[in-house]
Amino acid sequence: MKTPLRFLRDENGLWRLLLVTAVIFATLSFLVPGRFLSVRNFASMSFQIPEIGLLSIAMMAAMISGGIDLSAVGIANLSGILASQFLLHYAPEGAGGTWAALVVAVSVGISLAAGAGCGLLNGLLVTRVGIPPILATLGTMQLFSGLAIVLTRGTALYGFPDAFLILGNGYLFSVPVPLVLFAVAVLLVGVLLRRTSFGFSLYLVGTNPTAARFAGLDNAAILVKTYMLSGVLCASAGLVMFARTNSAKADYGVSYTLQAILVAVLGGTNVAGGFGSMAGLVLAILSLQFLSSGFAMLRFSNFSKEFVWGALLLAVMALNVLGDRAARKMQGRKNGTAPQAGGETEELR
Amino acid sequence: MAPTPYLELKDICKDFSGVRALETANLSVAPGEIRCLVGENGSGKSTLIKIVAGVVHHDRGEIRIDGHSFSRLHPIDAIREGIQVIFQDFSLFPNLTVAENMAMNTLLAERRRLVTRRRIRDIAGEALSRLGVELDPEALVEDLPVASKQLVAIGRALLQNARLIIMDEPTAALTRPEVRRLLEIIRALKERNIATLFVSHKLDEVMDVSEQITVLRNGRVVADEPRAAFDAARLVFCMTGRRIAQARRSAVPERTDTPLLSLRHLSRKGSFRDVSFDLWPGEILGVTGLLGSGRTELALALFGMEPATEGEIRIEGREVSIRSIHDALRNGLGYVPEDRLTEGLFLSKSLADNAAAGTARDLAGRLGLLPPRAVLRFGEDWIRRLRIAAPSASVPVRNLSGGNQQRVVLARWIALSPKVLVLNGPTVGVDIGSKSEIHAILEDLAAKGMGILIMSDDIPEVLHNCNRILLMKRGRIVEEFDGAATDENELARKLAG
Repeated sequence: MKTPLRFLRDENGLWRLLLVTAVIFATLSFLVPGRFLSVRNFASMSFQIPEIGLLSIAMMAAMISGGIDLSAVGIANLSGILASQFLLHYAPEGAGGTWAALVVAVSVGISLAAGAGCGLLNGLLVTRVGIPPILATLGTMQLFSGLAIVLTRGTALYGFPDAFLILGNGYLFSVPVPLVLFAVAVLLVGVLLRRTSFGFSLYLVGTNPTAARFAGLDNAAILVKTYMLSGVLCASAGLVMFARTNSAKADYGVSYTLQAILVAVLGGTNVAGGFGSMAGLVLAILSLQFLSSGFAMLRFSNFSKEFVWGALLLAVMALNVLGDRAARKMQGRKNGTAPQAGGETEELR
Repeated sequence: MAPTPYLELKDICKDFSGVRALETANLSVAPGEIRCLVGENGSGKSTLIKIVAGVVHHDRGEIRIDGHSFSRLHPIDAIREGIQVIFQDFSLFPNLTVAENMAMNTLLAERRRLVTRRRIRDIAGEALSRLGVELDPEALVEDLPVASKQLVAIGRALLQNARLIIMDEPTAALTRPEVRRLLEIIRALKERNIATLFVSHKLDEVMDVSEQITVLRNGRVVADEPRAAFDAARLVFCMTGRRIAQARRSAVPERTDTPLLSLRHLSRKGSFRDVSFDLWPGEILGVTGLLGSGRTELALALFGMEPATEGEIRIEGREVSIRSIHDALRNGLGYVPEDRLTEGLFLSKSLADNAAAGTARDLAGRLGLLPPRAVLRFGEDWIRRLRIAAPSASVPVRNLSGGNQQRVVLARWIALSPKVLVLNGPTVGVDIGSKSEIHAILEDLAAKGMGILIMSDDIPEVLHNCNRILLMKRGRIVEEFDGAATDENELARKLAG
């Protein structure tokens, strides 16, 4: 009786999400087999996933800490534009050879450093000044975007050297480079969260900051590092974005902020902090991407993405609540397995 | 003996998720009777009063109120029949005034669409006069001390023409004088034929106020007799099912040359003043005092949370500066906080995560890598060492009983092997059985040379476990007692006086 119950009792909804993803995949494969299961579709999806994917990981990290990072897209744009300006100045379109490669490498460094700096500002505003994360990052979102607009005077930057465009369009052993970057980020951040003492402490701080303080954890340091991590991930998303489109604009991808929150929440990240897993996040992105690609093929509308994402989020949340309720009922009937301690108060709440 | 009971429960059974919470429980309350319902945590007390309030429905058995029988009692029936429950959180609106809180239910019952200030004032005035207490009706409830909030809740209950008031652990957050006033109010209610069901596990209050005592253990009623049939020892025996020896601490540590911890003229403005004492290796020292006496503030200063502003702290003879928690940890000071649920635990996280919270960095290998398995093993190790009752180290700590939760917090600190462990209310909300086991753990730590500082207003606790007891009042240490030479009465008198 353990296995079927486990599916229903799964607290983070990971198994349910896996089922939902599989059902979506199977349904679309059945409805539009020729096109959904085509190399072209998978290639196109693997170029769409990384940008929102990197931003979602950044969002998830901030949310696990009990906060949020509304400035994610602002960081992506600002750091990307700083890198672009450097790039265009030293290696304009057509530049090649070792020099161009070197300039691209430095510009990537500039972008990631800028991302870390933006994250540091967020972290300091939250910990030193004590502004609630949602307000601190709302402010820095405007600050970073505004700065990006001032730097570009509102125009688009374009014409990057080929060595840079690889980041958004190239292939590594016939796997798209952006997807490789995303996979590396998933792996690294996944290990950081689940298998290091930093990740362990981060989950605790997100669960109960007061208890974390009393346990001797350095909450401020942990939060600052988390926002810096979030900033670096956003900067890498910015690089991929600008490389893919071969242009940099201050207001690119503004709708990504809310979408990243949606992905994180769908993946089981708790808005109140302390919970969230990389596996859930990846499943959430896959299911959303399958759905929006599939719907485009079914010719509902080119703009159905927003609608579909919202609908899926609500459906999965409802499934989680109903599933938990059903599990509790089953557990009640099957007797015996509930932990007896605390049963009295626990069940009544 | 008594007239027909006002409330009568017969053979009540209740299961939660297959776990039996109540097994053929009987309870009766006569009009104007003061009855105490006692039992350890998890004995079924809360379930029983929730059934009486109509919040939870019983599976089997009979409920009769004032002669009416109910097969399924709803909250509105209970209120109509004159039953009022005052839960521990009082269910008040902190942002409204005393008068508004008291008048709320009456106004709702009258189904008025418009509300006037005057009507609210009149209603509240009546409640206050029935209670016979002075309270500013215009004060915001959130600004009131706990005891006054409780009075507001009682006043609101009286306005509903209560005939039975059920109080769930009403004295948990009260000082002694406040407890005394509450007990007087309960007796005054009796004069007006209003019965009280007093739910508690504080034995002295139960013995003080009750006429009848019902004892629950593991969902069964194990005793239901007049107060005179009990003494403290028998009550404890009924509650726990075993005799708990209340032996005094006999081990007296040898005094070495240098004390483990010594404070000289330690002060913090507005919190405590001129505190000096020594703590020797292997000693258990008690600091007792009422709420607001400065004992919590002193503990927080030692842990670097609210650092002292004057005076010196020496550890093993060496002067140290404790300005932050980091300083405290570095110098070998540990602190088990007062409020386990908000300050001590990560409720939704596993037992293992909670136990490892302080040692994560030491558990991690190279590169800070910390496999989840290592944390789990750590948790399982401590389950064995402190005999924590839990199915596995991966259960959320929320599902454990108070005593086991406290053991998890203790494990976290013992793992850090501090030189001095400060415990603020180490057994608050812990049932009697676990209490003595936690005390045994502390004894054991002291025997290994740790210095233990217990901050507590639980007189038997400090008396039976401490070598010496310091009494704090208004931020100062006013007296020192030898744990072996004083007794409960003397301590209680000095504490209150």
